[in-house]
Amino acid sequence: MDNLNNLLLLDPVLEQYKEVPGSLITVLQKTQDIFGYLPESAIAYISEKMNVPTSKIYGVATFYTQFRFNPVGRYFIQLCQGTACHVNGSQLIEKAIKDELGISDGETSDDGLFTLKNVACLGCCSLSPVMTINGETFGSLTPSKVRGILNELKSSAESEAE
Amino acid sequence: MMKIKVGQGSCGISAGAAKVYEALKTACPESLATVSVTGCIGMCFLEPIVDIYTESGLVRLVKVSESDTEDIINFIKTGDINFVSRLVIKDEDKQFLEKQTRIALRNCGNIDPESIDDYISAGGYSALQKAVSEMTPDDIIEQLKVSGLAGRGGAGFPTWFKWNAAKSETGEEKYLICNADEGDPGAFMDRAVIEGDPHNLIEGMLIGAYTIGAKEAIVYVRAEYPLAIKRLTKAIEDAKSKGIIGNNIFGTEFCCDFRIKAGAGAFVCGEETALIESLEGSRGMPRIKPPFPAASGYWKKPSNINNVETFANVPWIIENGGEKFFSLGTQNSKGTKVFALTGKIKKGGLVEVPMGKSLREVIFDIGGGMRSDKAFKGVQLGGPSGGCIPAEFIDTVIDYKELSKTGAIMGSGGMVIMDESTCMVSMARFFLDFTAKESCGKCTACRIGTKRLLEILDRICKGEGKEGDIELLSDLCERIKENALCGLGQTAPNPVLTTIKYFRNEYEAHIKNRCCPAGECIDLIHYSIDPEKCTGCSLCSKKCPVSAITGKVRESFSINRDLCIKCGRCMDACRFGAVRKGSGDCE
Ligand SMILES: Cc1cc2nc3c(=O)[nH]c(=O)nc-3n(C[C@H](O)[C@H](O)[C@H](O)COP(=O)(O)O)c2cc1C
Ligand code: FES
Repeated sequence: MDNLNNLLLLDPVLEQYKEVPGSLITVLQKTQDIFGYLPESAIAYISEKMNVPTSKIYGVATFYTQFRFNPVGRYFIQLCQGTACHVNGSQLIEKAIKDELGISDGETSDDGLFTLKNVACLGCCSLSPVMTINGETFGSLTPSKVRGILNELKSSAESEAE
Repeated sequence: MMKIKVGQGSCGISAGAAKVYEALKTACPESLATVSVTGCIGMCFLEPIVDIYTESGLVRLVKVSESDTEDIINFIKTGDINFVSRLVIKDEDKQFLEKQTRIALRNCGNIDPESIDDYISAGGYSALQKAVSEMTPDDIIEQLKVSGLAGRGGAGFPTWFKWNAAKSETGEEKYLICNADEGDPGAFMDRAVIEGDPHNLIEGMLIGAYTIGAKEAIVYVRAEYPLAIKRLTKAIEDAKSKGIIGNNIFGTEFCCDFRIKAGAGAFVCGEETALIESLEGSRGMPRIKPPFPAASGYWKKPSNINNVETFANVPWIIENGGEKFFSLGTQNSKGTKVFALTGKIKKGGLVEVPMGKSLREVIFDIGGGMRSDKAFKGVQLGGPSGGCIPAEFIDTVIDYKELSKTGAIMGSGGMVIMDESTCMVSMARFFLDFTAKESCGKCTACRIGTKRLLEILDRICKGEGKEGDIELLSDLCERIKENALCGLGQTAPNPVLTTIKYFRNEYEAHIKNRCCPAGECIDLIHYSIDPEKCTGCSLCSKKCPVSAITGKVRESFSINRDLCIKCGRCMDACRFGAVRKGSGDCE
């Protein structure tokens, strides 16, 4: 990641927002869109180009749950922990994911395939409990349904690897 | 020509509406009917929904899947309803909409949110035209005052008062801001408005900007709502190209620019001063009030902030006059309110009713009651800032004052229904887990107080509660309420206080008997096998990941509680209903 060519991808973003007051969050969002997370080198680069101390950037980035400092796995699971999902059993879903993949909130599985992130309300409360995997929504989950979905993804990844 | 409309809010899409839309679009010849998109009509429990506008009226099909495409096309070709009669909405489900009164949601599910022409033909932007060409800012404020419209973001503050305060500020630079952060987890009213009728929001905001004298309007939308952002972006572009946003709007002196700012995930940013900090690119830490945003807001300039639903009511009020709005509702609360009905409810979705309806009417008459045969236990209003209203107060009417009397609040419209299988201590723990994580950390009462509350609730849920814990919780709650800096901390204790008030026996069962009456707290429940029902098929023991189930094939099996990790796989696997989950004797 630390190569300069990649950081140059940021130049158009920085060019657009450098002079716009209050645009730091937008710049970080665009950075994450590009790299999938906020690499340390990108933060240093933004700091230099925008003339904002890295401490301020980290202060902002760590405040908001959207920002990540590590790459995510191939399958990015967002598990809803909103009220409706809680009432309809999201803890059991979380436990099933943990049992199946050995990861908790914010972690990535050892094989680099799965990252789990708890979120508050995906806005599909009527289908609760809900999770999304790479943006696709899976609703009305049960522990066994989740195990089925995860196993299918695992085996499709395995068969690709072969 | 016939029109086919496929409901595509986020919820519809997750239920498969996008696939249904694509299939119909491909299969339906253009000469037969047009296929278009519409927003969420609010009947989430029936998604995907396909509306067919025939010459003899609307045929509404529900729970449609791709495989129904052929039959739908056949129906359109022949007019023979038998092709689709299995999909036609049932009369009892029709009542879900018929019992509502829609102002803020009036176009949702009817018009194409991506078409400005659709909005204009539904009468859109005529209120804005009327406002800017025939009314003075004071006229508008007067109409709002007459209407009795109060902020829908939670606090219920009179909208005219805020607009008047911002208008009265001198200075060229002012801002009009819409709070679309919708932080209450389990609520999606604002999302539905933006996804289903974005121009209505734009129109309401432009009227606001004209009234207070702002030249820039900003919508702060929650990051988790990509579809809302997409549709609003398109709506803004379309309004710009029609000259509705920009310079000399409707040929008047009024000029206004418009933009979106996507949030980055922080509940506290729903608080207006934190929202302003976030708009300025900083950590979303609330400011001390006063000064209020009307005097010193975004970049220290006079700013007015309202909720999405508040703005969504404005064009209707300008169009129909304040008095018409005022005529709906109760003495204290005017107009309608949108609620997101979720949880253990049979018919979950969006409900807009006049103030003054009872909770019973919303939950039972419209929502159809509980999904299972378990009894209704309570309803959480107002999310993490709100409280839980128990079954005995089901006849409370929807009114700011009446709801506050119960210890809950009107809130922004989240209505989470709970039945007997919901543990109230676990519910309180859930909310405190949320607020403790979302506390911005600026003031001690909230930062440390919510954490301590959470620790105590955690202990109780684990069966490690102590004598005196209830009193300790209550005491801590009062102190946090008194000392917290912003609304987040001041209201965070509400879920704990209301559950203690109405469900004290559940707390006591956890603390004294190490027992969870609802059978939810995982540390207090155990699985067992009913020897009467067990056929000895051994399936459960094969599924058990820790080999905790042993027995003799064709006789009976049993679970070793010391080994059991309570994953519930045996219960899922058993075909005879022999595996039970229980929490012992709670009395
Ligand atoms: C912790 C906290 C979270 C809030 N979240 C929201 C929100 O998500 N949406 C909203 O409109 N108002 C929210 N509010 C209320 C706002 O501070 C503000 O009162 C409201 O946006 C004003 O608009 P209104 O007068 O139209 O209701 C929140 C307040 C607090 C204290
Ligand atoms: S609470 Fe899970 S989607 Fe809303």
